[in-house]
Amino acid sequence: MMTIIQWILLGAALFSVGLYGVLTRRNAVLVLASVEIMLAAVNINLVAFDTYLSDPAYTGQIFALFVIALAAAEVGVGIAIILMIFRNRHSVDVDELDLMRY
Amino acid sequence: MTIGDWLTESANWAFLFLAIPTFVASVMVVSSRNVVRAVLYLVIALGGSAALFLMLGAEFVGWTVVLVYIGAVIILFLIGIMITRAPLTKSVDLSHPISAKAPAALLSVLLFGVVAWAVVESFGLETIPLPEEATRTGEIGLSIFTSWVIPFEVVSFVLLAALIGGIVLARKDEPAEVP
Repeated sequence: MMTIIQWILLGAALFSVGLYGVLTRRNAVLVLASVEIMLAAVNINLVAFDTYLSDPAYTGQIFALFVIALAAAEVGVGIAIILMIFRNRHSVDVDELDLMRY
Repeated sequence: MTIGDWLTESANWAFLFLAIPTFVASVMVVSSRNVVRAVLYLVIALGGSAALFLMLGAEFVGWTVVLVYIGAVIILFLIGIMITRAPLTKSVDLSHPISAKAPAALLSVLLFGVVAWAVVESFGLETIPLPEEATRTGEIGLSIFTSWVIPFEVVSFVLLAALIGGIVLARKDEPAEVP
């Protein structure tokens, strides 16, 4: 039998990898890619718990669909913001975006 | 249940066959020094997660991941890389130096340890039923349009707002016409 923890541990591992990417990447596009990994980890958890609970309304799968839709919206706006930053600063290095620091 | 019992189940071998490439590909996404390869590894990671959804019987979610993520979001990422003139060869500027990586790695491992401990404490070896057949897409649609119709409409407005916001942000500002 498949255990529930193998799915949750996979989700936790992917989420931790995504967190590492968000913290260490300097290129803003790759920071967004790391956020996508974290969202995929959340989706795995949602669908695994949906199967675990045998929910007749499929709540977990529908929430996973909502997460996918919102992730697509987030990437669209995120790339547009990165494009604006690149136009104004000629760089997408998140270390150089320190105007709002202190 | 011992690890030997766990490995006698063929579904667990399928799980490992899909989960290990997914994990390795996502590690490559956050560590690759080539920006285009990092995004292409994201294709493998998301494709692996789509296959895992199919394994759980979540057919519609799996194919939606393939269509939306691999079909659209990856293209957006590649266009973002092209427009921002990222270096297409190996580059050390994509990540922070090792002195900043070490605390991030420690934090990630700690997070995984805490979650793993909490999960093993609370769920133990409870089993997940293998779905006998895939979830029918019609039933998901019925559930969306009965139980979840208001969140569904809200999500559609969020997508519309993101579309308009993306256009407004990325459009070049025309100089104001002087009458």
